[in-house]
Amino acid sequence: MIAIIDYGVGNLFSLQSSFAAIGEEAVVTSDEAVISQADRLILPGVGAFEDAAQKLRSSGMADVIKRETAAGKPLMGICLGMQLLFDKSYEYGEHEGLGLIRGNVRPIAEVIDKDLKIPHIGWNRLIVKKPSPLFQYLNDGDCVYFVHSYYAADCDDSVTAVAEYSAELTASVEKGNVFGCQFHPEKSGDVGLKILKAFCEL
Amino acid sequence: MITKRIIPCLDVKNGRVVKGVNFEGLGDVASPVELAQYYSSCGADELVFYDITASAEGRSLFTDILTETARKVFIPLTVGGGINTVDDFDRVLKCGADKVSVNSGAIRNPDLIYQAAKLYGDQCVVISADVKRQDGEFRVYAKGGREDTGMEAISWIKRCVDNGAGEVVLNSIDTDGVKQGFDLEMLEAVSNVVNVPVIASGGAGKIEDFLTLFRTLPKVDAGLAASIFHFGEVKISDLKAEMAKAGIPTRV
Repeated sequence: MIAIIDYGVGNLFSLQSSFAAIGEEAVVTSDEAVISQADRLILPGVGAFEDAAQKLRSSGMADVIKRETAAGKPLMGICLGMQLLFDKSYEYGEHEGLGLIRGNVRPIAEVIDKDLKIPHIGWNRLIVKKPSPLFQYLNDGDCVYFVHSYYAADCDDSVTAVAEYSAELTASVEKGNVFGCQFHPEKSGDVGLKILKAFCEL
Repeated sequence: MITKRIIPCLDVKNGRVVKGVNFEGLGDVASPVELAQYYSSCGADELVFYDITASAEGRSLFTDILTETARKVFIPLTVGGGINTVDDFDRVLKCGADKVSVNSGAIRNPDLIYQAAKLYGDQCVVISADVKRQDGEFRVYAKGGREDTGMEAISWIKRCVDNGAGEVVLNSIDTDGVKQGFDLEMLEAVSNVVNVPVIASGGAGKIEDFLTLFRTLPKVDAGLAASIFHFGEVKISDLKAEMAKAGIPTRV
């Protein structure tokens, strides 16, 4: 069973449906007992970093996530959920993340060409930098769906794929049992479902 | 590099897909859920569901269909039609919409875009504008293209983007249903004043129209159409193969 961690941000209907589509049971929960029984965890997230990080802490979910991942349980952070895995974000100030993966979250405006649109929104190719079990069902040139204005920086050692948007933006990261996708696998068609399936087989 | 998006639009009334020529003379096509699944399997990059129901029963039927679609289709879903308040945003986002498009609602209440963008983020708010040439300028029309608002369109769209709209759907009433190509002049005028994605709508009749669109206006991010996809005049899989062959960044 997969626990999609509910800490009061975003709509988790599509995410839950995408697991159902690949025949996996996923529950949306903030119940510690359910989370500790789960085989795998998903940390979703949309919206602003500061608000989400604050909610993770105040709901007690930050400690639960740290404890469960330290015990070796696979975790996948998605979109803002991935950004929360890092040490710090510079989205409107300076805010602390979970610190599960070394790196910082910075505005994409700092690295992309001035005439490109922000957010980086739409389908972009995954450029694999390092083999990952999450990519085992993917083909060269597969695209996934992105919506973000900030990106994970200073995390070279954990980057598994990037997307090209005049600069290389971190698309996915991996450190031991902790995984992160900047894109939305639940909105990336069959390619996204294949990534979720691979995560369920870890 | 971000790929150019191909977006079929499904006008939904009383639980069925309809499409009118020049917004009138609606004809029945198919089940929205089935059509959405079909398009997703053909390579559609996104779907737009447009609720053109007026009744309360029709509205709840629409949200049921939306929920059912979001359960089965895993590409971005934009919903429009009857979005007048922040509660309307909430209603469709809960049913699985990723983006919400406002049209007449933003004309009636200019604050709606700002309020919604603050709550759900710019990327969630789409301004959909029905625009027609009138008295030597581009004019915004309301009520599904039936009512001239008297407002100049380019500055209106720019104001919506400044207020937080993260994407623009530009429907040219002049080219809609004519099938002689997108309204490149109008699209260029809008693309020049906003720095958010612009989606071209109205006028596509064949594959070449999409190629011309993306070649002529590299700033345009997506092409939207309805009847030519619904009636199989253009197959999305063929269209995308041709786009890729022409060197246009495409998800195939």
